[in-house]
Amino acid sequence: MQNDAVLTMRGICKSFPGTKALDHVDFTLRKGEIHALMGENGAGKSTLIKVLTGVYEKDSGSIQMEGIQGDAHIHSPQDAQKAGISTVYQEITLCPNLTVAENMFIGRTASAFVHWKDYEKRTDGILQSLGIPARAKQELSRCSLAVQQMVAIARAVDMQCKVLILDEPTSSLDEKEVAMLFDLMRDLKNRGVGIVFVTHFLEQVYEVSDRITVLRNGELVGEYPAAALPQVELVAKMMGKDLNELEDLAQVGQKSLGSRETLYEAQGLSSTESRPFDFVIRQGEVNGFTGLLGSGRSESVRAIFGADRVTGGRIKIKGKPVRITRPHDAMKHGIGYLPEDRKRDGIIADLSVRENIILAMQVMKGFFHPMSRSQMEKFADEYIQALKIKTASQDTPIRSLSGGNQQKVILARWLLTHPDYLILDEPTRGIDVGTKLEIQKLVLKLAEENMSVTFISSEIEEMLRVCSRLIVMRDRKIVGELTGNELTQSQVMKTIAGGEL
Amino acid sequence: MHGKKKWYASLGQLLIPLVAMALLILFNLLRDPGFFSIGLATNSSGNRVLTGNIISIIDSASELAIISMGMTLVTAACGGQDISVGAVGAISGAVFVKVLQAMGSISVGSVLLGLLLCCLATILFKLFNGTLVAVFHIQPMIATLILYSCGRSIAYWINGDATPQLNSPIISTIGMTLPGIPVPTPIFAVILVGLLLVLVFRLTTTQLYTQTVGINQGAARLNGIHPTAVKLLSFALLGVCVSVAAVTGVCRLGQLNHKTLLADIEMDAILAVAIGGNSLGGGRFRLSGSILGAYIIQMLTTTLYAMNVAPVNVKAYKAVVIIIIVIAGSPVVKSKLTALWAKFRTGKSDSIRRKEAD
Repeated sequence: MQNDAVLTMRGICKSFPGTKALDHVDFTLRKGEIHALMGENGAGKSTLIKVLTGVYEKDSGSIQMEGIQGDAHIHSPQDAQKAGISTVYQEITLCPNLTVAENMFIGRTASAFVHWKDYEKRTDGILQSLGIPARAKQELSRCSLAVQQMVAIARAVDMQCKVLILDEPTSSLDEKEVAMLFDLMRDLKNRGVGIVFVTHFLEQVYEVSDRITVLRNGELVGEYPAAALPQVELVAKMMGKDLNELEDLAQVGQKSLGSRETLYEAQGLSSTESRPFDFVIRQGEVNGFTGLLGSGRSESVRAIFGADRVTGGRIKIKGKPVRITRPHDAMKHGIGYLPEDRKRDGIIADLSVRENIILAMQVMKGFFHPMSRSQMEKFADEYIQALKIKTASQDTPIRSLSGGNQQKVILARWLLTHPDYLILDEPTRGIDVGTKLEIQKLVLKLAEENMSVTFISSEIEEMLRVCSRLIVMRDRKIVGELTGNELTQSQVMKTIAGGEL
Repeated sequence: MHGKKKWYASLGQLLIPLVAMALLILFNLLRDPGFFSIGLATNSSGNRVLTGNIISIIDSASELAIISMGMTLVTAACGGQDISVGAVGAISGAVFVKVLQAMGSISVGSVLLGLLLCCLATILFKLFNGTLVAVFHIQPMIATLILYSCGRSIAYWINGDATPQLNSPIISTIGMTLPGIPVPTPIFAVILVGLLLVLVFRLTTTQLYTQTVGINQGAARLNGIHPTAVKLLSFALLGVCVSVAAVTGVCRLGQLNHKTLLADIEMDAILAVAIGGNSLGGGRFRLSGSILGAYIIQMLTTTLYAMNVAPVNVKAYKAVVIIIIVIAGSPVVKSKLTALWAKFRTGKSDSIRRKEAD
């Protein structure tokens, strides 16, 4: 154990049925530092934190804390708290209808007789010393979200925590509040608290962090001093690409489109989940949204399809203004959407392959025009063959198919509606290589048949292979658009990371 | 790839209730073969009617069977149950009687009008429930608890008189037997409602939408289905079922008793849905399962009475048998049985399963 380390985790492993969430991960937190824990969604950040805070039990590995001999036995959140580890989650876990002082001391009072007067005095003292603009007697719900979060931090600090974990603390704060929070973090750092900072905002990482640990697919990529890791390299490490390798990868993608007509055009389109953006796709074009997970790429296509509540924007299809506020509108205007989360939003698990294939088509036909059994069987057979879906029969429930075949069924569902514009969000995630290639080829073939396709994938190579235009997003904003010669891995990453290389 | 389906595979969820029914029949055969004897007698209105335990089981399970069908739809779409069907049934009955009284005389026309108006009123009450569930996302049990507790009071207000009598041959025709037909009329009510629902399934996409919404509401919306509308529809159809059951119940006795009309039927209806192999969590459903469930419950009751079990004890015995049926149909037992069954299957069917798992 290094002598200035407050927390040392070594060889942490954690498996869930079917996945290895953490594979021999090391993590060291020094006294008085802000340490950013980075990685894409699913990289293992939250699993690591849950192991550290006793929510999950680790399979193997050791956790050592300053001042505790041997392995720190953390088997429950209470153990973690006793060992001096406190967590402030992105959603506030305090009681909004109690006062600030009550929130500071609830569950910490030893005796049955509580001297709230004393506690209020102490609370005011702590708040003042940390510069938190709140009063002890104030009801917590009357404070802003940022202040509530700071109260949660103050509570942790007052409990003599040595390790403070901030999990996406800035995701619901505005710029001023973020600045306030960062001041508090720096103050705590100077008092010797070790802070683990989890966020997906790249700029914020560099603003406050001393060190960065990167995880990918449950494995440790490395630990770096923040000053020595340029932003673009951080992105490359999160995505698992070596920057030098990327420079000269040729792209096979779509040929030039010439001057095709615009199919879909959105101006200032926004939803409850996405900020206003402009977007155009031409007939027969394959384009894609790229950016890190959480950059807003899925939210943008969801807005196009009306999957989230649309809050504004003007939409034209083939030049005519239309209104698309819910999925049914989008379907009527010839748009299909294969959602990112197949299990949650795509499949109707208990229904048969046949019913899953004809579902969207049936909805388009309307409530009073149910398809006959023989019609359904014909369509299902046709697409099971065309897409080579491996299933015992049409009657098999879709849930017993493999991931790749489930995805093909959803794809078949939309192809059956013969859309003009098909949105595919992560159509190849969790699918074997063979099927992946099949789907990529299919997309290009559809484009040749004049269908417009928006393709989203976490794998940049794949997007370069099928897309003729990439829209790059960062922190929920479109930050660039790449076409032609710009379509190289390194260029994409530079744009994702922003700033200079 | 589409091998011919085995007969047991097409039975699916009906297997357990069918076996339960078969065991009940077998038990009665061994106990007293006379249980199944059917006779012909002349009833009070001079009609020749069939008599016997089987006829009485099918006859008296009618209201339950009808309501079970509606309950199945609500369960499938909303993943929860409506516990106000009995109380709202009392309101239906009260509206029916009120209309007949207002019309002065009881004729075929006034009965039809009464049925129509009571059907509309019931649908409105059910849409009130449906709105709480589908629009405000209140749990079905809580949403229907309101009418469960106050429905019978409302029925009382509509018809101040505690037990209004309906004396007319038309009423007893509906409640008991049609002249010249030896089978009790309520059986036809079951068939009528069944046919109506089959017609709805044939002419609309109700069945597919209901199952889709019940399984995955979010995905249903992303495929252009309106989950709120589908849930409301299921409540409206339940309303139709409740009103028909209520009118049958009123006519059967020739009087309205707002306290006893369809009393406690909600729990039996939920039970019928469950015994029929339908998931109470919503999703896939089979009406035939619930109907079968309703007759199993009635058969059980009649069997116990035939064994001279005291009425106070009947419910306890019933509970024991039902626990056994429900456990036999539970996922745990099912997966155990499936695993056992898999051992007996040949290599050929193994390869199919491997393909499925690919």
